[in-house]
Amino acid sequence: MALPKEELVEYIYKMVEAAAGKKQLKAKDIEKAVLKEHPDQNKNDIKFAIKELIDGGRCVYTYFGGSFIEIPRVEGAAKH
Amino acid sequence: MHKTPLLDQLESGPWPSFVKDLKRVAARKPQTADLLGVLERSYKDKITHWKHGGIVGVLGYGSGIIGRYTDLPDEFPGVEHFHTIRVNHPSAWMYTTKALRELCDIWDEHGSSVLNMHGSTGDIIFLGTRTEELEPCFAKLTAKGWDLGGSGSAFRSPSCCVGPARCEWAMYDTLEACYELTQEFQFDLHRPSYPYKYKLKLSGCPNDCVAAVARADCSVIGVWKDDIRIDQSAVQAYAGGELKPRGGATKWDKLDIQKDVVELCPTQCMSWDGKTLKINNRECNHCMHCINLMPQALRPGTERGAAFLLGSHAPILEGAQMSWVIVPFFEMEKPFDYLKELMTNIAEWWSEHGKNRERVGELILRLGMRSLLEAIGVEPAPQQVRIPRANPFFFWHQSDFDAEAKGRRYDTRQGFVR
Repeated sequence: MALPKEELVEYIYKMVEAAAGKKQLKAKDIEKAVLKEHPDQNKNDIKFAIKELIDGGRCVYTYFGGSFIEIPRVEGAAKH
Repeated sequence: MHKTPLLDQLESGPWPSFVKDLKRVAARKPQTADLLGVLERSYKDKITHWKHGGIVGVLGYGSGIIGRYTDLPDEFPGVEHFHTIRVNHPSAWMYTTKALRELCDIWDEHGSSVLNMHGSTGDIIFLGTRTEELEPCFAKLTAKGWDLGGSGSAFRSPSCCVGPARCEWAMYDTLEACYELTQEFQFDLHRPSYPYKYKLKLSGCPNDCVAAVARADCSVIGVWKDDIRIDQSAVQAYAGGELKPRGGATKWDKLDIQKDVVELCPTQCMSWDGKTLKINNRECNHCMHCINLMPQALRPGTERGAAFLLGSHAPILEGAQMSWVIVPFFEMEKPFDYLKELMTNIAEWWSEHGKNRERVGELILRLGMRSLLEAIGVEPAPQQVRIPRANPFFFWHQSDFDAEAKGRRYDTRQGFVR
């Protein structure tokens, strides 16, 4: 069953949080994972749920040879 | 100022030197002085002292800022952070001087003052600022109507040729199309959601002045469908020397229609009996050679639109590949719905099946053209040739130029013919 908007945002946040330090997730990885559990979920809802997480600063985009969605942190090079 | 004996050598040549420019900026910007220092150090050590990527950006955007840090922050504190900002360019890079001053003022205030007009995708590149300056700089840019361009695994800022603004050959309004598509794909431009970069370039005619066929994943190239229009009296005027070839832009005063036009046609679809020029339009591949030589005698047809090509990229292992024709002809009228739908479908297929860091052209090679055509609902067509111009690395030798200087001519089928 498709998740309501707020639940979807939390679902994605928990997914990103659980992957922190283990796997870097791309937007498409998140979409595929959500659709696996909730096949009737609208793809656009997933896109805008990610947008909400980014706009709210709870997640950030990172670039390490590809663009990923991660939990904010201070990277090593910025500590200098 | 750091001592830069290796860089100083670059000022000695006959050409304008970036070292001279950087030194001028360094006199008022300490970070630019450190930029010269770290570059000198890299020349000496033969390794880069920059780290690329990371988490820097402005809130809400995943694109537009490229994180740069040096690994020698104690030695060069000015470039401890040296992030790059990509600013989306106006269609065909047409600025007013007021707009350029606005940009320079913002960058003088918030960055190193060093910029690059333009990056390979076409963006204005602001080189070097600190993390804390990113948001204020972005706020100043947006207040003046500028936006950030694409970076990372996102839709990159589309770019186009000058099109109908300055060129008589434009088959559609490239400027409008570039603007419309930039607006249409805003979400994908600022929020990376693709397997890798995705570039779009729009050329108004087959002369392809923005080199879309070689540099963009998606290339939209203006083309006509009907026959080339001929003014036979003007052809004779070119043959008689009354009209100058290429509008006077060649060293020749008079055109030899047989040798310069007919024999250099790549499909050999033309004939000239000394009075009348005939074109077998079914064989014409729209290379524009004859039209470029005799613009007052030949003109493209009136049924105009564009061809859609896909897949150029330059991976290190496989080598550079040109784009592949997907749709030989379609109408390019505002609001460009067909093109938007086509690009959306392609991006969907590629995002679904592409591996991390796999360009759309590489995916076509891996899964096959049939898979793409089925997914995007395009019928197979004979024009969907895989590599229109097979070798992007055709090297000319000095002997070729010497032969040409002696009057020998190059024929596309026979090589040098006389």
